[in-house]
Amino acid sequence: MRIKLKFEENEKKFIDRVNELSGENVYSCYQCGNCSSGCPFVFEMDILPNQIIRLVQMGREEELIGSKALFLCASCFTCQSRCPKGINIANVAEAVRHLIEPKGKDYFGPQEIPAELADELPQQALVAVYRKFSK
Amino acid sequence: MNSHGKKKRIGVFVCHCGVNIAAMVDVKRVAEEMGAYPGVAFSTDYIYMCSDPGQQVILDKVIEEKLDAVIVACCSPTLHEITFQNAAKLAGLSPFQVEIANIREQVSWVHTDREEATLKAIRIVRSLVEKIRYNKNLEPIEVDVTRRAMVIGAGISGIQAALDIADQGYEVLLVEKEASIGGHMIQLSETFPTLDCSQCIMTPKMVEVSRHPNIKLMTYHEVESISGFVGNFTVRIKKKPRYVDEVACTMCGDCEVVCPEIVPDDFNLGLSYRKAIYLPFPQAIPGTYTLDIDSCLGLWPIRCSACKDACEVNAIDFDQKEEIIEEKVGAITVCTGYDLYSMKSLGEFGGEKYEDVVDGLEFERILSASGPTGGEVRRPSDGKVPKSIVFIQCCGSRDPENHKSYCSRICCMYTAKHAMLYKHHVPDGQATVFYIDVRTGGKRFEEFYQRTVEEGNVLYLRGKVSKVYQEGDKIIVHGSDTLTGRKVEMEADMVVLAMAMEKKEGTEELLRKLNISADTDGWLAEAHPKLKPVESINVGFYLAGCANGPKDIPDAVAQASAAAAKVGTLFAQEKLQHDPAIVPVNEELCSGCEICVNVCPYDARELDSEKGIVIVNEVLCEGCGACAAACPSGAAQKRNQTDNQIFSMLSAILKK
Repeated sequence: MRIKLKFEENEKKFIDRVNELSGENVYSCYQCGNCSSGCPFVFEMDILPNQIIRLVQMGREEELIGSKALFLCASCFTCQSRCPKGINIANVAEAVRHLIEPKGKDYFGPQEIPAELADELPQQALVAVYRKFSK
Repeated sequence: MNSHGKKKRIGVFVCHCGVNIAAMVDVKRVAEEMGAYPGVAFSTDYIYMCSDPGQQVILDKVIEEKLDAVIVACCSPTLHEITFQNAAKLAGLSPFQVEIANIREQVSWVHTDREEATLKAIRIVRSLVEKIRYNKNLEPIEVDVTRRAMVIGAGISGIQAALDIADQGYEVLLVEKEASIGGHMIQLSETFPTLDCSQCIMTPKMVEVSRHPNIKLMTYHEVESISGFVGNFTVRIKKKPRYVDEVACTMCGDCEVVCPEIVPDDFNLGLSYRKAIYLPFPQAIPGTYTLDIDSCLGLWPIRCSACKDACEVNAIDFDQKEEIIEEKVGAITVCTGYDLYSMKSLGEFGGEKYEDVVDGLEFERILSASGPTGGEVRRPSDGKVPKSIVFIQCCGSRDPENHKSYCSRICCMYTAKHAMLYKHHVPDGQATVFYIDVRTGGKRFEEFYQRTVEEGNVLYLRGKVSKVYQEGDKIIVHGSDTLTGRKVEMEADMVVLAMAMEKKEGTEELLRKLNISADTDGWLAEAHPKLKPVESINVGFYLAGCANGPKDIPDAVAQASAAAAKVGTLFAQEKLQHDPAIVPVNEELCSGCEICVNVCPYDARELDSEKGIVIVNEVLCEGCGACAAACPSGAAQKRNQTDNQIFSMLSAILKK
């Protein structure tokens, strides 16, 4: 894939906003990949957790919008418990999700719930999931 | 024969070296078979001959068995020959009655068949028995030492080496071919990882050099030739005319004002201009103007004598001539530094084609408070403040196919420093670095690099750049980021290339003059990469700084101090001892054909035209044996390695 890095205002704003919301400095990441090697959901992800950080460093918001990986993250914190630079990666992922949700698609809605489970699942949890994974 | 005319009693000691030898050579069998060999009075094996109890075995047996000579079958003589010579000495033997049979490097480590290896080991030991029968006791050749050193090159390494030698109480000649001392370090802006201003930390040392009573500063001088040997070198040094009297010049600058000739300023790497008569930089030492004769209109007062006319103290002297000065020194420290690999070699990056593509050293000048832009980051083409700079690492380094195979060691750190300083100057600017690895192996280096990334928000992209070209007033960079698997294109206002370091221009010529050696990349070669890192293979020469290979300032300074300590060790000796195993001339056999004179690499032999035979300078002779091999009449015989000994060794080896 070919990309143009422009570092225009909106790209810089995206990086700053991720840092602000997450309370982290994404530039601290030196791409060792420890988060990706430990992530329990990585087998289903289209891009690796370290690549999520990388794309933020590069200001590639549009690529993140299309990525499934962000919405597979369960915020289990395995990544950040292992990060040698002490980055709270789940916080970063949460911040990115928050920023791109309005622009993205629905990753999870009522139609995804199998009928036989619908009655048994706690409604409060489902609302929380809709809020996190739908625009 | 021993000194009493009796047959020598020879002892053989076979070492196991743990399993290093014993695993591939049947050491017990070697000891047994050698015990039965003619002339061998005693033979044994031991697990570690070099250990204290191992040496004691030799000492005890020499006395008990009344041995006249000792052969130790063990590792290479470069490792423990001296150990065993000393052990034999304690038992009253001459060190020349000790021989090493190398059955480790030459046998156990290189063979896979135990039987064959054992037989080979036996043959090697046998051959040394044949040799040692004829070994004579020799006395070392003693030579005086001139306790005065020369240091070539006055960058940070040369300055440090000169100061350390001078502080030990020895006189030092510090020879520098440029108009001022300082080298590359004085051109730098700030230095990693502490960001001290280079001039602030270097000028005190420069001043100390100029004031030190033991240092004779010879700037604008070049070494012409060197003859002699360790402790006794004669050097011829060319004094280039400066056309300005160093002492009289008050640095008022009147000459510079009136000089009509404007040329690129080499101190600023051509990023600004200077006059033909110039002061390299304000803190130059010696503090004097220099007339650059290649740029001057000419030394004919009729044509132009503006500077001469303007000088109120009459410091300008058009009649100065080149002079050759001869000096005697005992040791020579070579600190000739490095050059940056030319940007022309990497055409795809547009260096020397686009003004806004600069190399690392040029960017140092742009960052420097005393630089061409007065300390503001402005690009060369139009003086605009660049809002985006792309830094490219490994420009020529780590590219064995097309450029340099080695890592230039300092570029990762200075690029991080460049990016950090750029962000200090232009906080809203974007710094992007293309790298293939970031190597920060120095004290507090990694922390510095991470601070650059975190505080400067510098984007490090892992990948090489394929091309750089200009579009309008932007520089377009095509590269890749292998971490995300993307090809990256970006616009920049300026590009900085971290060019590889390479050997200083003129190194080959210097090597010829000094008769010292270099490695395959042209860096001056150390005698041993780990254990003799500051000594040249050629005795009496010491190395420091980048002449020996890329290194940063802390390493260069440490190496310079180490070289100075080595010079001090040499000078601390009352007399120098020279190995007496040289090749003398048998006057009765020599016909004076001079074949040996021509093959001698040390200039140790010359024809005595009166006697019609060749005579040998015993101190210069290193005993390499080139003459002995070439001599048609057998007049040149190396001591303790005569033709007779060599033939006896060969028969012992070839015998079943």
